Amino acid sequence: MQLATVIGDVVTTRKDDNLIGVKLLVLQPIDPQGKPLGRTLVAVDSAGAGVGETVFFVRGKEASFPFYPTEVPTDAGVVGIVDHWDLG
Amino acid sequence: MQIARVIGTVVSTQKHRKFEGAKLLLVQPMTLDDTPRGPALLAVDAVGAGVHEKVLVVIEGRAAGEALGRKAAPVDAAIIGIIDAVDVQE
Repeated sequence: MQLATVIGDVVTTRKDDNLIGVKLLVLQPIDPQGKPLGRTLVAVDSAGAGVGETVFFVRGKEASFPFYPTEVPTDAGVVGIVDHWDLG
Repeated sequence: MQIARVIGTVVSTQKHRKFEGAKLLLVQPMTLDDTPRGPALLAVDAVGAGVHEKVLVVIEGRAAGEALGRKAAPVDAAIIGIIDAVDVQE
């Protein structure tokens, strides 16, 4: 998983049937210092996250597991909202 | 698997239910000579690791889910061992 900031959302009308009703978020991954890290991406939301929040997201097929048995065609998904993190 | 060092802890209240009770740690992958390699990532802890410890991490969904002991968990990385020593002969 990786930390990210939710910087937007995506609206689609014509899409895969299994994406109907699924919220799509635009994520900017961040490093442990909170700085942007790498490219932005679009992820499905399984945590009820919204713009401006810090979240963690999972990559790969596992991102579709929260929607089981619906086979949502995704490669990234937000699975939690971060309250805070501490560096040792 | 990768060798990594635990560099932090993450607290999340609102999360997918498969994460309930799971400990989330920030880990920094390391090379064999102990220098950071690539970006840090979040892993679920399956072995009771703590900050500063050197650990073994799987970065693959199926393995991570099995380490967590929960079927169909949306995870892609897990700490599966605490490293005592690495011995490389070359």
